[in-house]
Amino acid sequence: MTGIPPVNSTVDFARKLRVQALHMVHKAAASHIGACLSMADILAVLYGRVLRIDPQRPHWPDRDRYLLSKGHAAAIVYSALAERGFFPSEWLEQYCQDDGPLPGHISHVGVPGVEVSTGSLGHALPIAVGMALAAKQDGADWKVYVQMSDGECDEGSVWEAILFAAQAGLDNLVVVVDYNKIQSLDRVANVSELEPFADKWRAFRWSVVEVDGHDHDALTQALTSPPARQGRPSVIIAHTVKGKGVSFMEDTVAWHYRSPDADQLAKAVAELSA
Amino acid sequence: MRTAFIQALMDVAAADSRIQLVTADLGYSVVEGFAESFPTRFINCGVAEQLMAGMSAGMAMSGRVVFTYSIANFPTMRCLEQIRNDICYHNVPVKIVAVGGGLAYGAQGYTHHGIEDLAVMAVLPHMTVIAPGDPHEVRALVPQIAALDGPCYLRLGRGGEPVVHAPDAEIVLGKAAVLKIGTDVTLISTGAMLKPALDAVAALAAQGISAGLLSMHTVRPLDVGAIIEVARRTGNLVTVEEHVLAGGLGTMVADALLEAGVPARLKKYGIGAELHGVVGSQAYLRGLIGDLPAMVRSFVEAGR
Repeated sequence: MTGIPPVNSTVDFARKLRVQALHMVHKAAASHIGACLSMADILAVLYGRVLRIDPQRPHWPDRDRYLLSKGHAAAIVYSALAERGFFPSEWLEQYCQDDGPLPGHISHVGVPGVEVSTGSLGHALPIAVGMALAAKQDGADWKVYVQMSDGECDEGSVWEAILFAAQAGLDNLVVVVDYNKIQSLDRVANVSELEPFADKWRAFRWSVVEVDGHDHDALTQALTSPPARQGRPSVIIAHTVKGKGVSFMEDTVAWHYRSPDADQLAKAVAELSA
Repeated sequence: MRTAFIQALMDVAAADSRIQLVTADLGYSVVEGFAESFPTRFINCGVAEQLMAGMSAGMAMSGRVVFTYSIANFPTMRCLEQIRNDICYHNVPVKIVAVGGGLAYGAQGYTHHGIEDLAVMAVLPHMTVIAPGDPHEVRALVPQIAALDGPCYLRLGRGGEPVVHAPDAEIVLGKAAVLKIGTDVTLISTGAMLKPALDAVAALAAQGISAGLLSMHTVRPLDVGAIIEVARRTGNLVTVEEHVLAGGLGTMVADALLEAGVPARLKKYGIGAELHGVVGSQAYLRGLIGDLPAMVRSFVEAGR
């Protein structure tokens, strides 16, 4: 059982996704570009190299499941799905448009390749637990990958699922936290500090790996190695920079909501293309 | 009703390997038989209703038909957004079961009064809403609920509700069950108020009032045809429910009549604001709602 072949370069793939997401949010005057850029490299490694997927068979029973829990970063995931052939790239131009196919927060309705709709935070991990349980019941070897944000770890539902995933021995479940240390209104440390973050997951009986979330080799290693320990779910805490790749967006609270105007778009694209 | 439910579910599960039961750590003396018969298809996810709803959606997306189980408001309002987004928006077969709907846990206090559930569940997309009136309806409806290709909410009593229907009574999801045809007034009951409603019909008959009775076990989709028929026949309707007056069966019947343009008089027997937070046994609290036959009688006489 194999899916589509890997891309030639995940670094080029990530750059392309960043540029596309910038164009999409600019055209739509949409928010959340910072959140898209911070997870671009994780996404590029997953969709470029790691996930077992097949755009010709979006409902292939043996596919890996990818769940975007930080549903506000939809633009860059739509971009990855289009690039990998799940739907035409022209759809991206209709992001957030009236009666368009791609809502601002990720939606499964009529969008091949999207497993679940999210947007309210703290929803995908419980769903993923159910999927991983089903795979275990079936003796299937597909994995469930959940892309979470740091801010959403404020949600109680997340910890309900973390607690039970270990109880159920779901070693086919892989969480990636895009740990950019900034949530919507402020830095994580100023809202509800998550540190010691890795220790929290360990205390809940998860296998924990910490990586540089912009290092493709480290990401590839981390994303392909689970389960690190049989019977334990895995979390990859990816240390990232919000707005990564665009100098004036990096590590700023403002670019969670701000949308790039034409000049800012041109500057950002120029930086990424340099 | 609890016993009828778990027996019916076990029968369905024996024939359909997709059936799973997930509980948020409730169901003492109810779920054990299922757990023993189907150990790999019984999951206690802990005291975590958001997880229960979300993971059940994930299981249902992976080919299962999942029944979630808890009491009163816990499996609905505690995790309402998971039901709305994860279950209903994705239109997956998760069947949410609440034991002790209405005032069954009346003496346990307001936290245990499941009295807004029908209104809240009925506004969600794709959701079928069912409140059986007796164990016979439960037995008949559970296989139909399992066969539904979408979400469902099932409000059960707590236990000890008497059998009202004849053993051969046909119960069809989405169709009101006609228990009695009357000429002066028709009672439309949902949930465990069926027996009190039937008793009221008998008391009214003794007073010379011919009252009909429908068991509206399926609240959504509502059997509008049956409502219009009895509205035309008797002109007087009384909805009977253990639910707040706003948004419950009474409101839905009123909506249906208005939309159909069928003139009828309507009286709603249900829980008013003055009863919110009052604690007591189910029988005591029902008494505070009012004397049903007396209410129907004065309603009928006022219309003459």
